[in-house]
Amino acid sequence: MTIKGKAYIAGIYEHPTRHAPDKSTAQLHAEVAKGAIEDAGLTKADIDGYFCAGDAPGGAMPMVDYLGLKVRHFDSTDTGGCSYLVHLGHAAEAIAAGKCSIALITLAGKPRTGPMPPRSAGAEADFEAAYGATTHNVYGMCAMRHMHDYGTTSEQLAWIKVAASHHAQYNPHAMLKDVVTVEDVLNSPMISDPLHRMDCCVVTDGGGALIVTTPEIAKSLKKPLVRMIGHGEAMKGPRGGKDLDLTYSAGVWSGPRAFEEAGVTPKDIKYASIYDSFTITVLMQLEDLGFCKKGEGGKFVADGNLISGVGKLPFNTDGGGLCSNHPVNRGGMTKIIEAVRQLRGEAHPKVQVPNCDLAVAHGTGGLLGVRHAASTCILERA
Amino acid sequence: MADAKKYPTPQGNPETTQFWDAAKQGKLLFKRCTACGEPHYFPRSICPFCFSDKTVWEESSGEATIYTFSLMRKSATGPFAIAYVTLKEGPSLQTNIVDCELDKLKIGQKVKVVFKPTDGAPLPFFTPA
Repeated sequence: MTIKGKAYIAGIYEHPTRHAPDKSTAQLHAEVAKGAIEDAGLTKADIDGYFCAGDAPGGAMPMVDYLGLKVRHFDSTDTGGCSYLVHLGHAAEAIAAGKCSIALITLAGKPRTGPMPPRSAGAEADFEAAYGATTHNVYGMCAMRHMHDYGTTSEQLAWIKVAASHHAQYNPHAMLKDVVTVEDVLNSPMISDPLHRMDCCVVTDGGGALIVTTPEIAKSLKKPLVRMIGHGEAMKGPRGGKDLDLTYSAGVWSGPRAFEEAGVTPKDIKYASIYDSFTITVLMQLEDLGFCKKGEGGKFVADGNLISGVGKLPFNTDGGGLCSNHPVNRGGMTKIIEAVRQLRGEAHPKVQVPNCDLAVAHGTGGLLGVRHAASTCILERA
Repeated sequence: MADAKKYPTPQGNPETTQFWDAAKQGKLLFKRCTACGEPHYFPRSICPFCFSDKTVWEESSGEATIYTFSLMRKSATGPFAIAYVTLKEGPSLQTNIVDCELDKLKIGQKVKVVFKPTDGAPLPFFTPA
C-alpha cells in the first residue's frame, strides 16, 4: 500500500503569536485547531481523526475531550520537533486505509512564558543524565565533528541564518525581522562551540495545525489542492556506542523512503522546508536528503544558495525557526505550513517560488547528536 | 568549578547493579556479547546487535580518545565540555571532559577515566591522559 496521492492537506493555520502569557496551552491548541478547520472551510463536527504529541496537555484523551471532538482514529506519537511530520505521514496512512476521513493535527505551547516540563528519560538515564546534554551542546558536538571530518566552516553555517533572515524580513509575524550578514553571525556570542547565538533558533510561544483529508473531500473544498505523495520516517541513536558517527542523521533513511514513494528525486524539488533548530541541523539534513553529497553541505549552502529568488534551493521562506517561529521548541509543524503556502501560491510575494509544484518538508526531533527521529514528507500541488 | 558540581545519584536497577558496584571500586565496566563478540555501552542484558542474552561484564582500561565535544560557555554551574569518547575497547560513550583547560580540547585527544562522587555510586568522567 502507498499513501501516494491518497491524502490532501486541506487546512493550515499558524498562530500569529510569539509570546502568549495571557493564554493557556490547551487554549492555544483550540485556537490553532479552529484556524485550520476554518482555513479548510470545514466545521469541528467534520473531524474524525486527531493527532497530537507531547506538547498537548495530558495527551490525546484530555485534548479530544477539551476540544469536544468525536474521533474514530487517533495517534499521539511523540518524536519531538518532527512529531507533526510523522503525524502527517500517519494521517495519510489512516486516510488511505479508511480509518478516518478528516484528520486534525495540532501543536501549541508557551516555552517563552514558563519552564517546559522535563523530557522523560529512557534506560540510558543513569549513564547520561549527569553530563548536561542540552540541545545547544549536543548539536554543537555534531557541528564540531562535521567540521573535523569535512572541513565545514562557521562561515558556511552562517549562510543558513543569513538566508533565513532574508526571508524573515517579509514576514510580519517573524520574531527576528532584521537581515543579518555572515559577519553578524560570527560576531554573535559563542553559545556552545562551534555554535554562535545566531546559529540557534528562536524560542517562541504559539503553535499550528493541519487538516488532512481524502482526495474527494479536498476537491469539494475551495483551497488550492496540495497532496501527500511520499513519506518516510526513521530513528537513530548511539546504538551501544558502535561505529559512532554524528555527521549524519536518520534523514539518510527517511529521505530515500519518501522520495522513492513519491517517485521523484531531490533535483525535482522546487522548495524545501528543512527543520532549522540550528544551522548545522539544516546543513546535515540537506546532505542526508541528497540535495548534495555528504560533506559538501557547507559549499551547498554558501553564497545565498538557500535564498528564494537568488539560490537554487529556496528554503524556509517564512524565516523558519532561525528567525520567525519555533513554537514549543518543535519546528515540524511550521515546516509543513510554509510548504503548503508555497504550493498554494500563498507565500509572501517576495519569497514565493514561481510555479512551485513540488516541495519537501523534513525535520528531525529529539537530540540530533544523541537519540532522534526524522520524518520526510513530499508534497505536490495537485 | 567542576569539582564543586553536584551530580545526580545513579538510581540503579537489577540490570546495572554490577556496573555501579564496580564504579565504587574505581572500575569502568562495559558489556560484551559472547555470541557475536561485540562490546557495547551503556550496558544491556540483551545484546543490542545480535539480541543474544549471552552478555558478560568486562573491565575497560579507562583509556579513550575524544570523538567530538562541545564547550558550553555558560551554565548554572559554569562552563563545561560535553563529549563523546571512544574507549580503547571499542564502544563510544557520552561524558564530560573535566579537570583540564577546556579551551585546549581537541578531537582525537587521548583521555582517561576519572570517577566523580555523587550521593550514591560515583560517575565516570574523562580527563586528558
